[in-house]
Amino acid sequence: MNYEAVIGLEIHVQISTKTKTFCSCSTEFGEPPNTHTCPVCLGLPGALPVLNEEVIKKGITAGLTLNCRIAGRSVFARKNYFYPDLPKAYQISQYESPLNTGGWVVIKDETGAEKRIGITRAHLEEDAGKLVHDEDPRGPSYIDFNRCGVPLLEIVTDPDIRTSEEAYRFLTAVKEIMQFTGVSGCNMEKGELRVDVNISMRAQGEDGFGVKQEIKNMNSFANIRRALDYEIKRQTRLLRSGVVLTQQTRLFDQNKNATVQMRTKEEAHDYRYFPDPDLVPVVVEEAFIDEIRNGLAELPEARRNRFVKEYGLTEYDAFNLCSSRSVSRYFEDAVDGYENPKKVANWILGEIMRALNDRKIEINEFRVTAPMLRELLELMDSGVISGKMAKDVFDEMVSSGKSAKQVVDEKDLKQMSNRDDIEAVIDEVLKMHEAAVFDYRSGKKNAFGFLIGQVMKKTGGKANPGLVNEILRSRMS
Amino acid sequence: MGLNELTIEELKSMLSSHEITTSEIIHDLGEAIDGDSRNERPLNTYIDFDQERIRGEVKSAGYYGRTLLKGIPIAVKDLINVRGTATTCGSNILREYISPYDATAVTLLREHGGVPAGKLNMDEFAMGSSNETSAFGPVRNPHDRTRIPGGSSGGAASAVAADLAVAALATDTGGSIRQPASMCGVFGIKPTYGRVSRYGLVAYASSLDQIGPVTKTVMDGALLLQAVSGHDGRDSTSAGEPLPDFSKSVTEGVRGMKIGVPDEYFGEGLDDEVRMYVLNAVDLLDRAGAEVKKINLRYTDYAIATYYIIATAEASSNLARFDGVRYGTRTVDTNDLQQLYRENRSRGFGREVKRRILLGTFTLSSGYYDAYYLKAQKARTRILEDFKTAFDDVDTIITPVSPIPAWEIGKMLEDPLQMYLADVYTVPVNLAGLPAASVPCGKTKAGLPVGAQIIARHFKEEDVFRAAYVVEEGSG
Repeated sequence: MNYEAVIGLEIHVQISTKTKTFCSCSTEFGEPPNTHTCPVCLGLPGALPVLNEEVIKKGITAGLTLNCRIAGRSVFARKNYFYPDLPKAYQISQYESPLNTGGWVVIKDETGAEKRIGITRAHLEEDAGKLVHDEDPRGPSYIDFNRCGVPLLEIVTDPDIRTSEEAYRFLTAVKEIMQFTGVSGCNMEKGELRVDVNISMRAQGEDGFGVKQEIKNMNSFANIRRALDYEIKRQTRLLRSGVVLTQQTRLFDQNKNATVQMRTKEEAHDYRYFPDPDLVPVVVEEAFIDEIRNGLAELPEARRNRFVKEYGLTEYDAFNLCSSRSVSRYFEDAVDGYENPKKVANWILGEIMRALNDRKIEINEFRVTAPMLRELLELMDSGVISGKMAKDVFDEMVSSGKSAKQVVDEKDLKQMSNRDDIEAVIDEVLKMHEAAVFDYRSGKKNAFGFLIGQVMKKTGGKANPGLVNEILRSRMS
Repeated sequence: MGLNELTIEELKSMLSSHEITTSEIIHDLGEAIDGDSRNERPLNTYIDFDQERIRGEVKSAGYYGRTLLKGIPIAVKDLINVRGTATTCGSNILREYISPYDATAVTLLREHGGVPAGKLNMDEFAMGSSNETSAFGPVRNPHDRTRIPGGSSGGAASAVAADLAVAALATDTGGSIRQPASMCGVFGIKPTYGRVSRYGLVAYASSLDQIGPVTKTVMDGALLLQAVSGHDGRDSTSAGEPLPDFSKSVTEGVRGMKIGVPDEYFGEGLDDEVRMYVLNAVDLLDRAGAEVKKINLRYTDYAIATYYIIATAEASSNLARFDGVRYGTRTVDTNDLQQLYRENRSRGFGREVKRRILLGTFTLSSGYYDAYYLKAQKARTRILEDFKTAFDDVDTIITPVSPIPAWEIGKMLEDPLQMYLADVYTVPVNLAGLPAASVPCGKTKAGLPVGAQIIARHFKEEDVFRAAYVVEEGSG
């Protein structure tokens, strides 16, 4: 019998805010342990939470970009369980009334067809602290509460994913959306994106669901793909041999490249959720949501399609320009009122990217602004400077911060395009290098290149190469 | 006469005219507290009263310029955080805990010239109606030292009644200010839910808890409540309602006030003498020009069950943080996390607290939530609507506070259900979030005080003060 996988994901994304969800402590990563704490995030007796409005704004932004319904009224609840990294012994989360429900993300499946992955919900919650265990297994464990209370968005998908590759593509798409809209940095090394996977198998063509297994503790998309591949094989093999699966929570072991059992359903927690009486329901007005919707950035996928359609770029160039919001914005600023978008794209993806890499800076820190690039290209188009000169001018612009016109004027770099002037120089060169002229006429065609080089040298590289070529050719024939 | 025997109102004028200093009041309080500790049955009202520390605070803070309280020492129930002092909540699990911050009510108290002076004994985590569940021993009633002072703010009521405190800040979740005030013959008001910030009050039941004053007089109650009220950005449930001048309302009288007397609060189980004195208070109000009406509060019967489901559910979660891991008493040295939790909590909490945590854990459990917690929330809404309907016709409601006067220490300890039922007149008010006070209205033949409860609309504490003052004056 053939089996197919039914996969659902739970993605925890850290929402980028300056301060924590319910107190004014900093969310800065990598600070000394327990330096970003206060009575509220330490859960000291008597301290109370107050919701950070920025968390709601970014939560709504995420909901809108995931095509969710935004609840006019959502409720924070307490998820009760004991663990040393959870100082209140409950996590404030959303349960019965989440902020965002019923959305979707479109991916391309392995056949290249578009596939819609449903989002069940995307709710807000606070992170727990971090346990740091001594290297000695008998040694103590330490708790760092800097992360405790940092805002998270938990995105739960419908069981719409069928293969490990679809899971990988979906995660990539979600990460891209969250980064592009500024909801999250999604840096997995900093723990800003964490994924739990639910997977069950069923006979091909069946509608019901098999017994699900939850896999936790995966720290990269590649590991998720490997864990899913492993689980699909494992479960298929067990089902084919007639084993009845039991619901389990499993861990992915990177070294073994396999999943291992963590706990069974019988050991599952009863979290005793109930609405947190310390917080009031979150009520958002339609106008507030509209305001966020209007300020929303175009998503990468939509922007790429528009770049291809509107500017006639290749898919490849569009993809690269849209890899970051600031680069795509730079491109659009540069092509504004300029008729050759392809040329702009070439310059950005070539010269500019190279200059940025050399200096290890971002495009919004770059001295050569989009209008400055446009001016340079226009000087080139009108023949004032040659393509080769343009590169020199560009280098000078990068190092001095001056405009293209300024550089051209100051360095007297204007191209020599006057036919009489060029003819005069050519005549002089021909006189000086009679041997080369003889060589050329006797069949050594590369002597032509030598003579062009001499003309350029004499004009300090400023002679219009097209004209030089044309005049020289007529003289030699 | 010691300064400890005076009221806020009296001390305030003496401090204003520089006849006395705060230090002298603290001295007299210290003498009185010392004197009481030598009694063969000490009242045991304080968990901590450190004269030197309190004097030090006065010196460093310069309280005299501040208008409302002018440097008057105010004792604080030991579940309200005062920076640098123990906040034990009457529990072994927090016996050694020193608070690193001030509750907002304490910050406001200081801003208005009140000096936090001593931490008061209480039922453990405010769970009890008799002040017998404290890990620091029971508090006694100054009117009869073999009897309970009421609870959970027994330390506050007993200390104020015995002049061991000028006044106190206490808390009320189901009657914890009003019932001991009634049993000790002092004034106590639970303000509207949201009137006083809960930031820094160690939560028992978050949706019911409120901080309020326990004082010798109605006027003192108005002054102290004034000081600690107001919106607080650190408490999401704190209200932004305008803050009137409470002391002005005290003497305004009750002419034209419509006062409701609910049938359901005068039925079976009510002690005859208590009934007589409360009805006497109704008479006083009637004679002072109020219009007295009979009313009905039909959902009263459901209040006890509703309260003990909601309060214990919230408590089971609120008290989960006390595990001895980060702070608080750690009773075992073990490598087993489960054992660490189990032992710390089993030994750290007393019987009543454990009983309520278990109750609340049960009612929130999967499969029981709908039948208990959710149903209780629905009942709570009905109880609130019940009051709202009543307040369409009347301005205040008058009832007994406790069906019986103070009982003997130990008498009800083995019958928790009986003790819960004694809260029948006070818990509906917390469920509805209304303001209500207990004002003394007489003493039984045995010399035990009786209090009358006056309930008003949300944020109409002024009406409570007006009616309470008339009863206070008339009951002499």
